[in-house]
Amino acid sequence: MADKYNAETIITETQKRISNAFDVFDHESNKTVDVREIGTIIRSLGCFPSEADLHEIIAELEEEEPTGFVRYEKFLPTMTKILLERKFRPITEDLLLQAFEVLDQQKKGHLEPEELSKYLTQEGEPFTQEEMDEMLSAAVDPDKNVILYKDFVSMMTFDDTR
Amino acid sequence: MGCGVTKSTQLQLKPCNRGNISVPAATAMRAALLIQRWYRQYVARLEMRRRCTWNIFQSIEYSGQQDHIKLYNFFGYLMDHFSSANSQRNLVSHMFGDSDLFLDMEWERHVCYKEIEVPDIYTGPHLFFPLTISNVTELVDAFKNKQKLHARYVLQLLGKTWTLLRLMPNISHVCTCKHKEITICGDLHGHLEDLLLIFYKNGFPSAETPYVFNGDFVDRGKESIEILLVLFAFLLLYPHDVHLNRGNHEDHIVNLRYGFTKEVLGKYQVHGKMILKLLQKIFSWLPLATVIDQKVLILHGGISDKTDLNVIAKLERHRFVSALRPLKRRGASARQKDAALEPDGDDELSAGRRRVQSLTHGTPLRFRPEFPRHSVHSESGRTGRSVEQELRERRRLAGLSLSSDSDPAQVLETDADEWKQIVDVLWSDPMSQNGCVPNEVRGGGCYWGPDVSQEVLDRHKLQMLIRSHECKQEGYEFCHNGRVLTIFSASNYYDVGSNRGAYIRLGPDLIPHFKQFQSSRSTRELTLRQSVGRTELSALQALRMQLFTHKSALIHEFQEYDPQCTGVISVKHWAAAVEKVLRLGLPWRVLRSQLVTSSTQDGQGTLDYHHWVNQLSVIQPSTEIANTSLLETLYKHHSNLESIFRMIDTDHSGLISFEEFRQTWKLLSSHLQMDISDKAISDLAESIDFNKDGSIDINEFMEAFRLVEHSRAETEAPPSPE
Repeated sequence: MADKYNAETIITETQKRISNAFDVFDHESNKTVDVREIGTIIRSLGCFPSEADLHEIIAELEEEEPTGFVRYEKFLPTMTKILLERKFRPITEDLLLQAFEVLDQQKKGHLEPEELSKYLTQEGEPFTQEEMDEMLSAAVDPDKNVILYKDFVSMMTFDDTR
Repeated sequence: MGCGVTKSTQLQLKPCNRGNISVPAATAMRAALLIQRWYRQYVARLEMRRRCTWNIFQSIEYSGQQDHIKLYNFFGYLMDHFSSANSQRNLVSHMFGDSDLFLDMEWERHVCYKEIEVPDIYTGPHLFFPLTISNVTELVDAFKNKQKLHARYVLQLLGKTWTLLRLMPNISHVCTCKHKEITICGDLHGHLEDLLLIFYKNGFPSAETPYVFNGDFVDRGKESIEILLVLFAFLLLYPHDVHLNRGNHEDHIVNLRYGFTKEVLGKYQVHGKMILKLLQKIFSWLPLATVIDQKVLILHGGISDKTDLNVIAKLERHRFVSALRPLKRRGASARQKDAALEPDGDDELSAGRRRVQSLTHGTPLRFRPEFPRHSVHSESGRTGRSVEQELRERRRLAGLSLSSDSDPAQVLETDADEWKQIVDVLWSDPMSQNGCVPNEVRGGGCYWGPDVSQEVLDRHKLQMLIRSHECKQEGYEFCHNGRVLTIFSASNYYDVGSNRGAYIRLGPDLIPHFKQFQSSRSTRELTLRQSVGRTELSALQALRMQLFTHKSALIHEFQEYDPQCTGVISVKHWAAAVEKVLRLGLPWRVLRSQLVTSSTQDGQGTLDYHHWVNQLSVIQPSTEIANTSLLETLYKHHSNLESIFRMIDTDHSGLISFEEFRQTWKLLSSHLQMDISDKAISDLAESIDFNKDGSIDINEFMEAFRLVEHSRAETEAPPSPE
């Protein structure tokens, strides 16, 4: 009995979180959000989907005749499922660090801005120039003009504790 | 992972010529994917925070504007209730400038800038009329270097601007002449840096680079007068290529509240009041709209379903000095005639007649029964009187008067219609639903829907409406199927990093092209995270101040949920109570942890509300104001109080007499139906009179309400280690 109560509470709490996040982007207060904000909403709830993952989700959420908007009634069950199943799990600090280390094949302990840019704007799901510039502005050590990725990772993940 | 060295065919690592070692493709891809996935999540979380912060600022800003309704209602109340026998009449007529003797023509003779000498030690810019482009460029440079223009030149420039504006029609018609591009700027709000940035990117105004400035040049930012002087200088230089539209902040009563009056008086201590008086006239003479190629309409706020450009083109715009000052009746004789009316048993009309009678018969002050209580969101669900409702009242009154004017009812009817046309243009906002409803949030104008846009624009054979009036995160925003465009040019409006500014370039094809910008070096150097963090702190502080203002109401609400007076309520109830009092529509449960320290948070989802309230902030009175509930009341209304004080202080000395202070307070408290004893007010007045000379220094009085950050905020860790 106690378990059931907890499960229900968890679902209610989860749905409250989803509702709050959704409301932030519901500018007209009519329980719809622009489809382009869905990625932000899902991520802000602690998920780490890839762009491909997002495309799939959005395809599911869109109306048969796409209006450019997603309705809350469709979003809620989909998002609840995602959260309860813990899909798109967070990327840990270690894993992130490993990714940088892998790119730093020469084991320099740092990466050149051009190096990193090349990888991130050409491989995987490439960054736009704007995304790349924004990341570099935070990542590049201004004195040495390199990315001290170990420091960068710990600094960025420190934020997660807020 | 492969081992060994492969020739780097795909990756050209530029300065990094340390050999040809490269990461195997599959591994690189996986690593890149991971980093990208992580980083995008990080950015999304920041974007969420930024949006929340934005929502906080917007909801506070608009709720603050409800004060306008209170102020407007108060003035209406005063106009209706003062009686000649009562000494309060002097106060009120004082405030409304009945003693303002200057008629326009006399005024010109009185603006004797010629008698103002510019001393030799003055190192600021000099102006020579007629102005030349190099002179104006010098002026701009001087302002860039934080110099001040001497009052003599200010008055001279303003005088010539006023003369020029009086020649201009209500609606300017502009032509791209098949080859020109017109630049359109939105709200500037005293952000000189943004204006300079626009000129830097886009060029100074000239015959080849015509500009339209769409109102709200002043208030909030600290360099409003400089912006005005620059815009007016360019206007004088290129009167056919610079177009200024009036905004709702080009209004001397609004300026009392939002900082422009203060700025001018601070910068020009001797001549400030004359400058302000002249500006009052200039504002009322600013054109109301601009039309490009007869297809694109540009005005500051918006439209309503009643908007008629033909009516607007013909009215006498300068009669509408302020949206917050009810229009004086055209014939003063009308009033005398009103007195002749016999009291009538007719209930419907009797309220109006009673009011009319009291004007001349010295009857004691009466409460206007229909007047809403001070909060716009009163329990009964009635909202504050909109301008329209006020006007309907006056029209009703008009029906009773028997003046010898041709048809006073008609005259006043026309007045009311024209008034509405102008207020709609300056104050309205678009909404997504169809229809047209009064804009209660702003206290003036309407919310208008896409159907109204279509109807009004089509009726006038226009393609598009460009307006400003609302801050947008990207500096611009389309709505109503692309037929309405909002343009806003004050970047970092709420705080550093809050939004970009933008301007439009419009060519003969009438397709808008946007240029965005964000001023302030410090913004550009901040990372996304830092700017979000800063704005967030700022928003939270603003929110705490709002909460503090409603301390008593909050405690009362909390107690409703705590009948046993345990001092503790659940978080759910806490959130409900806060929303009930503040009505900002914010996610309180989410915000709670950021508003106060965790010491009040109980593991079981409950909270000690007395402790929480005390944690918010503390007023630091520089003197002993023992009556804390009075203090709270004062604080709640301090913005309005300040506006009213500044109006009373017509010689702009910064001082008002005891008597004036008492009278004002009495009037305000009776209007707000608050119960404050004479003694309490007198005691208060005495305690604020710091140098015991029988007068109160407004600035010192307002200083008493500067909130002091609770020590908790200082111990909070800064958002970023950078």
